[in-house]
Amino acid sequence: MGALAETRGAPAPVGAQRPANDEGQNVEGSARALLRFITCGSVDDGKSTLIGRILYEAGAVFDDQLGALEADSRKFGTQGAAPDFALLVDGLVAEREQGITIDVAYRYFSTEARSFIVADTPGHEQYTRNMATGASTADLAIILVDARKGLLPQTRRHSFIVSLVGVRQIVVAVNKMDLVGYDEAVFRQIEHDYRAMAAGLGFSSIDFIPVSARDGENVTQASRLTPWYRGSALLPFLEAVTIAAEAREEAGFALPVQWVNRPDLDFRGYAGMVAQGRLRVGDGVAILPSGRRSSIARVLAPSGEVSQASAGQSVTITFADEVDASRGDVIASLADAPSVRQELQARLLWTGEAALREGAEFILKLATATANASVTQLQHRLDVESFAEVPADSLPMNAIGQVTLRLDRPLAVHDYSRNRELGGFILIERLSNQTVAFGFVEGVQPARLGARTAEQELSLPLRLRRAMASGVGRPGSAQRRAFASGLSWRAGSSLALAGATIALGASGGLAATLAVGDFVLRPLAHRAHKRLWRRPGAGDLQDGAGI
Amino acid sequence: MIQLSHLQKLEAEAIFIIREVAATCEKPVLLYSIGKDSAVLLHLAMKAFHPGKPPFPLLHVDTTWKFREMIAFRDETARRLGLDLIVHINEEGVRAGVNPFGSGSRLHTDVMKTQGLKQALDKYGFDAAFGGARRDEEKSRAKERVFSLRSAEHRWDPKNQRPEPWRLFNTRKATGESFRVFPLSNWTEKDVWDYIALENIPVVPLYFAAKRPVVRRGGAWIMRDDERMALLPGEVVESKLVRFRTLGCYPLTGAVESEAASLTDIIAEMRSSRSSEREGRVIDHDGSGSMEQKKQEGYF
Repeated sequence: MGALAETRGAPAPVGAQRPANDEGQNVEGSARALLRFITCGSVDDGKSTLIGRILYEAGAVFDDQLGALEADSRKFGTQGAAPDFALLVDGLVAEREQGITIDVAYRYFSTEARSFIVADTPGHEQYTRNMATGASTADLAIILVDARKGLLPQTRRHSFIVSLVGVRQIVVAVNKMDLVGYDEAVFRQIEHDYRAMAAGLGFSSIDFIPVSARDGENVTQASRLTPWYRGSALLPFLEAVTIAAEAREEAGFALPVQWVNRPDLDFRGYAGMVAQGRLRVGDGVAILPSGRRSSIARVLAPSGEVSQASAGQSVTITFADEVDASRGDVIASLADAPSVRQELQARLLWTGEAALREGAEFILKLATATANASVTQLQHRLDVESFAEVPADSLPMNAIGQVTLRLDRPLAVHDYSRNRELGGFILIERLSNQTVAFGFVEGVQPARLGARTAEQELSLPLRLRRAMASGVGRPGSAQRRAFASGLSWRAGSSLALAGATIALGASGGLAATLAVGDFVLRPLAHRAHKRLWRRPGAGDLQDGAGI
Repeated sequence: MIQLSHLQKLEAEAIFIIREVAATCEKPVLLYSIGKDSAVLLHLAMKAFHPGKPPFPLLHVDTTWKFREMIAFRDETARRLGLDLIVHINEEGVRAGVNPFGSGSRLHTDVMKTQGLKQALDKYGFDAAFGGARRDEEKSRAKERVFSLRSAEHRWDPKNQRPEPWRLFNTRKATGESFRVFPLSNWTEKDVWDYIALENIPVVPLYFAAKRPVVRRGGAWIMRDDERMALLPGEVVESKLVRFRTLGCYPLTGAVESEAASLTDIIAEMRSSRSSEREGRVIDHDGSGSMEQKKQEGYF
């Protein structure tokens, strides 16, 4: 742990010398539970204004930034003399000039109850990919609806994309309530319409809050203008909400190999972030896609050497034996392992400027693996208005479609609904290096890897070496010495037999034949005889015998 | 399931990003600017490749106007960790006599920092450079990717950024293009200090309050670190208890009056502060789009 120890100051406990680094792993620490959320909605629904308002009310805007905001509001603002909170988040000059959000902006703030990362995403259809990017790491989505306009095509589109990337908790913020006189009927109609629209999207919870981002009503505290609304204001709601996904422990672990760490001849480690589950020292593993087997010898976490690691940790592991793995391989548990596929069924969110057509070829990146991929079939496109599948021969920008992909090598994958890391991928256009699609693997069941497959999937030279080792033992072992002594004894007795044959007057040829025959046949006869007398029992079943 | 704290999640993400660069780029370099963010970045890089060493050198673009304590700390850190340190100075700028007093902050920063950085990256052919920038620092940084693609001329195009869904970084680039990579993108100033305290990471003593010789100039307390800073009429050097929230060129970095002499004090002070850490940075106040402008020109 020399290098690690040196990076720390003198008083810090040194990783390797600490008896149990595991202890340090279970503490929640001083930091509060983090909530990552996104805001989305149509253009001019007031997303940036809402975020700016929350940042301001949560005390996350400093005095010097407020000073700059006042100057900017006079120059670019849309609120007359009042500060335009959208300018706190619309950071690019082009955005301030046009008064719209182009790119996803990440903002960080915390209250007494919680830390937050919010992704403010663009409303324009043209920038859907930036909205999807923000959604891909979110725990919860706030969908803004303009009270005057009700549900718009973008509301449906964003709701669908949020559902596609796996966000399960939704807050519908019905904004600009001030412009409809805080009318409950308007709010209830939107609630009714949204529930009907989202029925098939698989959300686990949908909450509705009437707000005015501009005036700060129901943003950080309950508004007196909406006495008919019994729920919390938006920020208290976000502070209190529990995230369902965090509590779930997935069966089976998977560690995509990111980097092979070979600082010297004595250490060969495999570094990466655990994509799912929990791995422990001593666990048997398969290295996918090859299927080679090993077990975990050591686990090095950022805190030092530990006995186990789980999803979300960046670790380095070593194997108990000399198996080889490289970047792009997945180290997986034998049960609930990723499936090895060379053909994928997937949904695509197409983000390329030129439309996708069947037969097109791309570079696919999934976890740490890359492969060449061709779109062999475009099954259908999704109509965002009706959520219906319609036949299509191309996918224009921002469209969602179902495809079959053929890869030039097999990859270990999970269904996206099971694991985002091993089920989500991007397609890269080879000439421009642009990211042209987000992909979601579908229709894959976890694999259970039996012992037999392991033996079958071993390479031929390795199988010969294994067979050799099981017959004659490893160099230096007692089995190897016994084999050598038996060999010299048999060679001696065969030579003696040849000598006796010649002494009895037979030709040299006959003597040689007898000697060789004795040397080869006698051990075989001995083995056959032994096998005849051996009683069958559970202990005699060989690895790969089918149980 | 091991519950990871907020800091452990940020740590894991940063290590992932650092390893991703090492695995996919040909010749990375860590832009070491000596400040607290660089200290955290370097600490994470050491962890990412443990028990080996980071497979890339450190690069410091020296404007020749850094605090003397920063330079001493820089050399000591590289020696202590046994890492290669490349120091690059824009000699053309030095010969032309560019300095923060006579040339103004904008020209000085452009020539000595931005142009100096581009010279160094071109000279050694680095195709990826780590930086310690965080999205919470400044509005245009909040919109920048973790892997920020730069053209062969080092320009950033904010309207043509690649989407980065999940943790999938598209690390492909054409010959001549390069990446600026920001593993601390999702950290806040508070996270950085909490992590420094948790991991006992050494930082430059200038962050802690001490009596220092300062001059009131342009509404800020400027530390007179050497004789090159000539006093203007009416200016007097005062000894004041001050510290720095960020570190840069000493004539361009305002000190804050503070009694925070320990990490605990600093964290407590930051919680109650009503101004952002970049307040003391003279270069940020050239107009609210100025950071974006500088980034487009190749600044970190």
